[in-house]
Amino acid sequence: MTRLRAEDLTLAYDERTVAEGLGVVIPDGSFTVIVGPNACGKSTLLKALARMLKPKLGAVYLDGEVITTYRSKEVARRLGLLPQTSIAPGGITVGELVARGRYPHQRLLKQWSEQDESVVTEAMRLTNVLDLSDRMLDELSGGQRQRVWLAMVLAQETSILLLDEPTTFLDIAHQVEVLDLCADLHEHGGHTLVAVLHDLNQACRYATHLIAMKPGEGIVAQGNPTEIVTAELVEDVFGLPCRVVPDPETGTPLIVPLRRQRVPVAETLTAR
Amino acid sequence: MSAPARDRRAVRGRVVRTGFVSFRFAERAVVVGLALLAALVGLSLVTMTSGDFELTVSEVVRSLIGHGDGASDFIVLTLRLPRLVTGVLVGAALAVSGGILQSLSGNPLASPDIIGFTQGAATGAILVIVLVDGSMVQVGAGALVGGVATAVVVYLLAFKRGVQGFRLILIGIGVSFIMLSLNKYLITRASLTDAIAAQAWQVGGLNGRGWDHVQVVGVAVAVLLPLALYFGRRLALMEMGDATAKGLGVDSERTRLVLIAISVGLAAVATAAAGPVSFLALAAPQLARRLTGSAGAGLVPTALMGALLLVAGDFAVQRLFSPAQLPVGIATGALGGLYLVWLLAHEWRRGIAR
Repeated sequence: MTRLRAEDLTLAYDERTVAEGLGVVIPDGSFTVIVGPNACGKSTLLKALARMLKPKLGAVYLDGEVITTYRSKEVARRLGLLPQTSIAPGGITVGELVARGRYPHQRLLKQWSEQDESVVTEAMRLTNVLDLSDRMLDELSGGQRQRVWLAMVLAQETSILLLDEPTTFLDIAHQVEVLDLCADLHEHGGHTLVAVLHDLNQACRYATHLIAMKPGEGIVAQGNPTEIVTAELVEDVFGLPCRVVPDPETGTPLIVPLRRQRVPVAETLTAR
Repeated sequence: MSAPARDRRAVRGRVVRTGFVSFRFAERAVVVGLALLAALVGLSLVTMTSGDFELTVSEVVRSLIGHGDGASDFIVLTLRLPRLVTGVLVGAALAVSGGILQSLSGNPLASPDIIGFTQGAATGAILVIVLVDGSMVQVGAGALVGGVATAVVVYLLAFKRGVQGFRLILIGIGVSFIMLSLNKYLITRASLTDAIAAQAWQVGGLNGRGWDHVQVVGVAVAVLLPLALYFGRRLALMEMGDATAKGLGVDSERTRLVLIAISVGLAAVATAAAGPVSFLALAAPQLARRLTGSAGAGLVPTALMGALLLVAGDFAVQRLFSPAQLPVGIATGALGGLYLVWLLAHEWRRGIAR
């Protein structure tokens, strides 16, 4: 029995159903990555796992109980979320922001215990933002800012971390920096990570467990990327003809799109 | 690298830890709070001593502790003190009400007088004045009902998968103008004396405020202000967006509803006691924020700033235009209007007036 799983989820925004019949098991201690084309419902699934979206049918289970039966603060002590976008409060320093991650552990009269302070310091050390602690958040680069947000979630001291497209607004170097940091947290910190990523090659490189989703069909494959990622799967899920070769750097699957294909184009031209 | 980092404080601020209690606070916010408090106390003494009948500080103090003579007792305890206390409470209530709304919507334009709560409260109050010629408590109840009803309407109209700041403001401005025209219509239909009473009430002022006003606003502030402060910490987290707040364990939908209810309650009661005092709720939280220079709503400095501004405004209209007794709403309106112009121009340039 894993700590986080979902059974038979039907997810919908108002009347528009995004995905049906989703069954997900997040292996403990894994770095799980959810991939799929736009509108396949991958971010929606992550939102449901983080109890941001109430499923229309089915339920998410955290430590054996339906996640909505816990008090909100209790969930926040077990499961942290880095949303796709957070609003940086005006005039806040890096240290202040990271300290806010301690909220689920604080009480009315106990707002800044020694443990709060040491956990915040450690979170900032891990994400390498300790030297920035007195800087204003809005004067940092995108990559630095993302590390600060990550530090805030780490300060929550949860062993499960959900990350919704943590690399979306970053350039390639900062994407790798953030993902390397996630991999470190996974390998050395014993965290279970669940992330939604856009880049399939990055997903294959970093994930220990991959969940592939397709619009209208939900989850079509789950497992170790080396075992499940094939040219057929990529073509099926993304509609992209490709070759899958071993990544020369890591040996994980690397997706190489096929050269532009002229034959189908010629066919459509003559068909006109 | 790691050795010096160990000695360094990760988060600035003064830390107090004893037994089961631990706090961290920014020194500047405390200094600003104390300075505002000192200014408020000082100004209160000035307003208590000065006027058509000058009193010394010791005469005032003697009356306050029950050893004054008849004349100064009457001036201090019946005329000036209730007016001052009403001003302090109304100012604090309006400022906190505005601070909560601005923080929730992430927009400095959101304040109860802009988005219709105050005008709605005025409608309720005017209805009571015109229809039943009610007492102060009845007028207060009318304002409360009017304010809450308007807030519910604005909230429902603005609700679309949660409430967005800008949508709330635009709809609120629309509703505000509807209530304003309704108020004008009601006054034209009223008898002359009622119309004058309603019109005078509508500008907002502290003239002739007695202990019954203090009671109404005092009870409400005593209940709602501590609640606002208690929820203030969650308010700071809500500023980072619903998802982030919820991730940190804040039940964001319920918290928003509770905070809006507190904000509406404070605005409505303040309006019941002093009429629709304009712009104070808009300006006070922003001024407090700039002075403390810290992130988050900082509701204590905001409340002190609101009280100080209203008492100062009332003092100014009493003295500058004496003997004409102008309502303080005129002073806050004039100054607040200037502030609004500056705010819009400034935000526009920064491109965040979305």
